[in-house]
Amino acid sequence: MDCQGIFEAISEYIDQELAQAKCRELERHLRTCHNCRVVIDTLRRTVALYHSIPCERLPDEARLRLHKVIKLTNAE
Amino acid sequence: MKQFVPTDEELIEQIRKGDNRTLEELVSRYEDRVYNLAYRMLSSRQDAEDVLQDTFLNVIRGLDSFRGQSRFSTWLYRIAANAALTKIRKRSRREKSESEFLDDVYAVKEATHAGVVLPDWSSNPATRLLGSEVRQKLGAAIRELPEVYRAVFVLRDVEGLPADDVAEVLDLSVPAVKSRLHRARLYLRNRLSGYFEEK
Repeated sequence: MDCQGIFEAISEYIDQELAQAKCRELERHLRTCHNCRVVIDTLRRTVALYHSIPCERLPDEARLRLHKVIKLTNAE
Repeated sequence: MKQFVPTDEELIEQIRKGDNRTLEELVSRYEDRVYNLAYRMLSSRQDAEDVLQDTFLNVIRGLDSFRGQSRFSTWLYRIAANAALTKIRKRSRREKSESEFLDDVYAVKEATHAGVVLPDWSSNPATRLLGSEVRQKLGAAIRELPEVYRAVFVLRDVEGLPADDVAEVLDLSVPAVKSRLHRARLYLRNRLSGYFEEK
């Protein structure tokens, strides 16, 4: 597998969804290719960063407005 | 003693019998998740609140026709994602075109071909702390994604839905979800590279 092939397979690799044979091929390539290692490590870090964003909590006033709208709609 | 927690389907059954308090319980169960999804896609509290209200009003109107072929949460996410996408399309602000986006996605591939040595910022200390500046940067980068890439990325990598659920929510095939997710991730990686390399 060359750099071209690696680029298309990175996401499946970091999600552990890449077929075993391709995975071994990719890891063999990574031992000798600095740039592909960098792209994989920084892509993995990117995904981890987004995953760690705290959930945006619904403000209390918005919650009250939502429940009011639902009550009114249901009463129609 | 273990507390009995009704399933979504059991709640829906009660609502169909006219129990309005159960409707409020069902809304409370999902309101934060719908708001978070809308906020991540729109980056505006007001727009996220509009999407939240539209979503639950559409749920109430459509509940009689919900037959349970998919899980309630998948159906709800589909309504919410569509409401958010409609909102994005109504905005006058110019979105990045797909070809501009793809040029950015594959810029790193070309740099590699040209023999440029890529800097590794994966262990940069700034990526360990999710301070407000980093959070703003992450939000700004998501806003640059074309709408369908943004929807796929938010549902899969921020909300954590499995790829087949994302496919069902957005009416895409699983391979289409995976390829859009991959491009969105590469784009975001490139955007964050510029930021973290300077840190």
